[in-house]
Amino acid sequence: MKTMNPADVSWMLTSSALVLLMVPGLALFYAGMVRAKNVLSTMMHSMVALAIIGVEWVTIGYALAFGDDVGGMGLIGWSSDFVLLSGVTPGQLWPDTGIPIFVHAMFQGMFAIITPALISGALAERIRFSRYCLFVAAWGLLVYTPIAHWVWHPGGWLFKLGALDFAGGTVVHVAAGCSALVAALILRRRQGFPERPVHPSSAANTLFGAGLLWFGWFGFNGGSALASTTSAALAFTVTHVAAAAGAMTWVVVEWRTQAKPTAIGFASGAVAGLVGITPAAGFVSPASALLIGAATSLICFGSVSAMLRFGIDDSLAAFGIHGVGGGFGALLTGLLASKALYDPSAGGGWLIDGNFSQVGVQALGVAATAAFVIPMTATLVKVLDAGAGFTVDAQAEEQGLDIGEHGELAYDLVADVVTAIEIRPRQANRPPVVVTHLLTLDGIAPAVLSERWQALCAAPTPPGDFAAIYPSVARLERTTFRVVGGDAAFAAKHISALFPTATIRLGEPEVHRLADAKTA
Amino acid sequence: MKYIIAIIRPDRLAEVQRALVERDIYLMTVTDVRGCGRQKGFVAHVRSRAMVNLVTKLKIEMAVNDEFVDAAIDAITLGARTGETGDGKIFVLPLDACVHIRTGTSGAEAIGP
Repeated sequence: MKTMNPADVSWMLTSSALVLLMVPGLALFYAGMVRAKNVLSTMMHSMVALAIIGVEWVTIGYALAFGDDVGGMGLIGWSSDFVLLSGVTPGQLWPDTGIPIFVHAMFQGMFAIITPALISGALAERIRFSRYCLFVAAWGLLVYTPIAHWVWHPGGWLFKLGALDFAGGTVVHVAAGCSALVAALILRRRQGFPERPVHPSSAANTLFGAGLLWFGWFGFNGGSALASTTSAALAFTVTHVAAAAGAMTWVVVEWRTQAKPTAIGFASGAVAGLVGITPAAGFVSPASALLIGAATSLICFGSVSAMLRFGIDDSLAAFGIHGVGGGFGALLTGLLASKALYDPSAGGGWLIDGNFSQVGVQALGVAATAAFVIPMTATLVKVLDAGAGFTVDAQAEEQGLDIGEHGELAYDLVADVVTAIEIRPRQANRPPVVVTHLLTLDGIAPAVLSERWQALCAAPTPPGDFAAIYPSVARLERTTFRVVGGDAAFAAKHISALFPTATIRLGEPEVHRLADAKTA
Repeated sequence: MKYIIAIIRPDRLAEVQRALVERDIYLMTVTDVRGCGRQKGFVAHVRSRAMVNLVTKLKIEMAVNDEFVDAAIDAITLGARTGETGDGKIFVLPLDACVHIRTGTSGAEAIGP
């Protein structure tokens, strides 16, 4: 039985705070890549998880994930003492560690918070905040707590099988990534995706967010030893090496293939390297970390472009980086883990002492996570898409979620004005013709007509005759309607139905033969 | 020659531009502006305190030859319209002169298409 170790406690408290910092880091990382009108909405998707899971975790989440294994199946836990940590004394230690359960619960709680927040990267710019909150709460409880139990609780079935997941490559990244893919496939894509380009509101925010993630990841990986030990030192070191290798690889590839090294590319590469090293952190050498960081970055670079090519609106690459990178990193962990590094007394070398079967165990861990997460998330998303829908309507999306969902603006001085229109060359032998009909009403005073027309425009449920012609009425000048396009008789019929006392006089229609007019 | 100033919703720019291009009208200057019309601004909540802000709009300015004036107004009206309050306004002003800086030409040909 271990006793409380002050060095472990102080490092784990620090690590917990570092992981918390990843949440605003993720918020900035994501927000920089969306349009200015959706910045607050995107940041809130990350930040609100702090509140929702923060409450959920201490009430029942921790009890389910880290309570005593129920029935010895290794599937889920339960300890009523952990409900609001009511049966836990401050001095009570987490088994086989030198840290109090309070610290363990907080450290693990930060992981439970950031995991659903990662999924929001596949949902950005189009979802209803209320449904998202329900999704986070339900996903955290029904999807996250079981997997955390499988991998990290000493009684969990993947833990007992010997799957290596140092800091959550499968629990956090594969789980969040696969859920992101499922949600992106079920929910509708953003308006105009993928033809209409999305102009990132601030690559500077993305870069700063990536920096905060990198910083916080030292707690994420370095704290996963649950102690202030050589294992933590190793995890810290390889985390840094992999992030650097990931950033360098992405930038170099981009430089070679797309001419310019971008800031968003740098940020994506660093995060890809960090995701890749997460399951491996305490088990591999710095040289292996270099390989893991570079290889994961390369694979993620490919998968992010593939998502776009397949027309999957994984808006901020939640699957492309976390799903693919997490799964790939877990497999590489099996290949490169060294027992000598993890436990110096054991000796041995690469491949868990030449034991290839570890790769199979790793693959099983990834496959089991995906097989559980995909149907669970699909069901959750389908249920939440019922009724009003998980996504907002097209008009609300065009207006932006910041005003529509939150009633605020992130940048009060910047309008979202960057638009792109396509100018198609037209056939030279068929100049377009626009016919404008002029319909003048006799027997009605201009002032009366103007007043009645304005009343029709403001009516909550205007008559059908109005709705039929309104879209083509360009102007009302005194008593003359300018009706663009369509058929004059059609317009006359509906206008006379609206103003039965007046008689309609058709003027000479204006025919704009635009190619001719240009030379006139 | 007329000078057209239009105040529109920012998200309608693409539609307006498309409608103008359809009518062979390409030249315009666009500015971010703020203002308020009949809807009296936009209510923002800062830590639950309501504050009235001016609404973000775009201002389109264009010099147009006489034979294009009606087509330009039609294009802006139909492109910018949503039918809700806040669709904006179009002002048409007489234009005394126009000089093309690079060539020094003036008048209708200086405006160009």
